[in-house]
Amino acid sequence: MIWLTWRQFRGSAAMMAALLAVLAAALAVTGPDLASGYSAGITDCARDNTCDRFYDQFFDEYQLPFMAVSLVVLLLPALVGLFWGAPLITRELEAGTHLLVWNQSVSRGRWLAVKLGLTGLAAMAAAGLCGLAVTWWSDPLDRSASENLALMAPLVFGARGIAPIGYAAFAFVLGVTVGMLVRRTLPAMALTLAVFAAIQLAMPLLVRPHLMPPVTSTFELGEANVEHLGVPRDGGGPARLLLRSAVPGHAGAWVLSSELIGPSGRDIGGSDGEAAVQVSTTSGPCSPAGSAPGQDTCMVELNRLGYRQQATYQPLDRFWPFQWIETGIYALLTLGLTWFSFWWIRRRLS
Amino acid sequence: MTSVLDAQGLGKKYGRRWGLRECTIDIPAGHVVGLVGPNGAGKTTLLKLASGRLEPTTGAITVLGGRPAGTPAQLARVGFVAQDTPVYAGLTVAEHLRLGARLNPRWDATRARERVARLGLVPTQRAGRLSGGQRAQLALTLGLAKRPELLILDEPVASLDPLARREFMQGLMEATVEHEFSVVLSSHLVSELERVCDYLIVLVDSRVRVAGETDKLLATHHRLSGPRRDPDRLPADQHVISARHTDRQSTYVVRTDAPVHDPAWTVTQLSLEDLVLAYMDQHTAANRRATLEARR
Repeated sequence: MIWLTWRQFRGSAAMMAALLAVLAAALAVTGPDLASGYSAGITDCARDNTCDRFYDQFFDEYQLPFMAVSLVVLLLPALVGLFWGAPLITRELEAGTHLLVWNQSVSRGRWLAVKLGLTGLAAMAAAGLCGLAVTWWSDPLDRSASENLALMAPLVFGARGIAPIGYAAFAFVLGVTVGMLVRRTLPAMALTLAVFAAIQLAMPLLVRPHLMPPVTSTFELGEANVEHLGVPRDGGGPARLLLRSAVPGHAGAWVLSSELIGPSGRDIGGSDGEAAVQVSTTSGPCSPAGSAPGQDTCMVELNRLGYRQQATYQPLDRFWPFQWIETGIYALLTLGLTWFSFWWIRRRLS
Repeated sequence: MTSVLDAQGLGKKYGRRWGLRECTIDIPAGHVVGLVGPNGAGKTTLLKLASGRLEPTTGAITVLGGRPAGTPAQLARVGFVAQDTPVYAGLTVAEHLRLGARLNPRWDATRARERVARLGLVPTQRAGRLSGGQRAQLALTLGLAKRPELLILDEPVASLDPLARREFMQGLMEATVEHEFSVVLSSHLVSELERVCDYLIVLVDSRVRVAGETDKLLATHHRLSGPRRDPDRLPADQHVISARHTDRQSTYVVRTDAPVHDPAWTVTQLSLEDLVLAYMDQHTAANRRATLEARR
C-alpha cells in the first residue's frame, strides 16, 4: 500500500521538493548577508542613536523579498489542500480506480490511512521546512519591521514559526474530506479553497485576539504612539491628533485597539482617525508660536492636561505561546476531519 | 461445500426507490453464474452488496460464509472486476502486477506474468494507452492472479467490441477450467452468457425472477403453441411465464417438472435467450396490464 501511494504521489512530491530546494537555496545564499548587514547596521546606529532610521532603511531595502517569501509560506498550505488534498480521493472516484484498489486484499480504512498519512506528513514537512526557513531568513527583517508587519501582525504571524505546519495539515485533510463529499475534483478544489480562505480570515479576525486575555493599559503620549499632531497654522480650533497602532515600551506588540482618552478619562476617539483635542491653539505651548522648536512642548502639555492613549494589545513575547496554541487548534481540527473521513469511507462512500 | 453467495430477504433502497428487494438466493460453489436482466434491474446493486460496497437496507448477505469485504482475509478470497474495468492510467502494466503482488497475500506472480505475456501486453506500457480490450484483460489478470475462491465481474464486456468480448470470455473460461473457483458475472446480453454459464439468475425490476442451473432451467421450461386457449385451462403444475395470443392461436412459455403430453400443443425447446426473454416479457406484460387498468 505504501508502495502504491508513493508511486501515485512521487510526481507531485518531486515537484514540491524541487520548489522547496530552490527557495531554500535562495534563502541560504542571501540569509547570511542579510544577518551581517543587520548586525553591522545596528552597531553603527547605536553609536549615534539613529536606529529608527536604520530600521526603516533596512526594511525598505528588502521589503519586496520579505513580502514574497511571506506570501509563499501563506499560500503553501492552500496549494497543498487544493492540489494534494482535494484530488487524493476524487481522482480515484472519477477514474473508477477505487474499485480496483478496494478489491485487493486491503481494507478501505488501511488504504485511506496510508494515503492520508504519507501525503499528509509530506505536506506538513514541506510547510514546516518552508515556514522555519523563512522564519530564520527574515529574522533581521522581522526585528526592523514597522508595527504593521511585525511578527505578531496578522499577515506575518501565519507565515512564521510552526503555524504553517498546522495550516498545511488542516488544508490537506480539508481537501480530502471535501473531495470525498463532493466526489468531483474541480468543485472539490474550489470548495476547499473557499472554506480554507474563510477559516484563514476568521482565525486572525475572530479567534486569535482571544487566545490569551489581551493586556489593556494607558500610556502617556509620545513619539512611539502618536503618528501626527497637527495645530492649525492660523490659530483657533482644536489640535488634531492621530494615534499609531503601537504602544511605547512594547515594540512589536499586536495592538488590537488604541484610543485617545481625555482628562476626564472618557474616550474621545482616535482609534480610526484623527481626534480633536480641546486645547488652546492660540496661545500657550500648543499655539503655532509656542511650539516653535518642535511639537514636543505641545505633547508635554497634552500629557500634563491628562490626555492618554488607552490600548489593548498582545505583547510580542506571546509570539511562541500563540504559535503553539494556534497550531494546536489546527491540529484538533485536522484530527476531527480525519476521524470524519474514516467514518465516511467506511459507512457512506461506495 | 458452502454456498458462494447466500442472500436472505436482501433489499437495498436508494432514497425512496428500491434497487433490489426480497432477494433470496443461495448459489452453490463451483458454478459460473450468469446474472442477467435489463439495464437498471438491480444487477449492479446485487454485485455491490456482494462486494461489500453497499450495506443492505433489509435482509442479509454472506459471501463464502463471511461478511462481504469484512476483513482483509475476506477481501483476499473474493476477486472483483468492476464495470468498465478501471485501471490506473499512469501506471504501467508491470506496475499493476507489482500493485497486485503488494496488496494480496495469495498473489500468483507467475500466473500473472504468464498471462500478460500470453496476451501480448508490453510490461512497460502505461495502462492508459492500452485498448479497451487490453485494459479489460489486465483487470481480469489482476482478479485472477489474486487466486480468489470467487470472482465477481460486473458487466465486464459491455464496452468491448465483439472480438475483444470473445477473447475476454475465452480467457475467463480457460482460467475457470485450469483453476477451480466460482464466478458470478452480470450482463444484459444473454448471448454472452449462453456459452459460459452453467447457472443463471434472472433479475427484472429489482426482483429475482428465476435462479437455477441452466440445464435444469432448460429442461423444465417449454414453449407450447397451438389453438387458442385461456391460461386457466392449463394443468395446475404448469406455471405460465409468458403468453401470446392471436385470434386463433396461443403461445405459452411454461415451467413444469412433468413432461407435456397434451397432443394439442406443439412443444419446442427453449434456448437460454428465449427463456430469459420470456421472463423479461412477463414483466413488460404485467406493466402493460397495469397501465391499461390505470387508464380505465
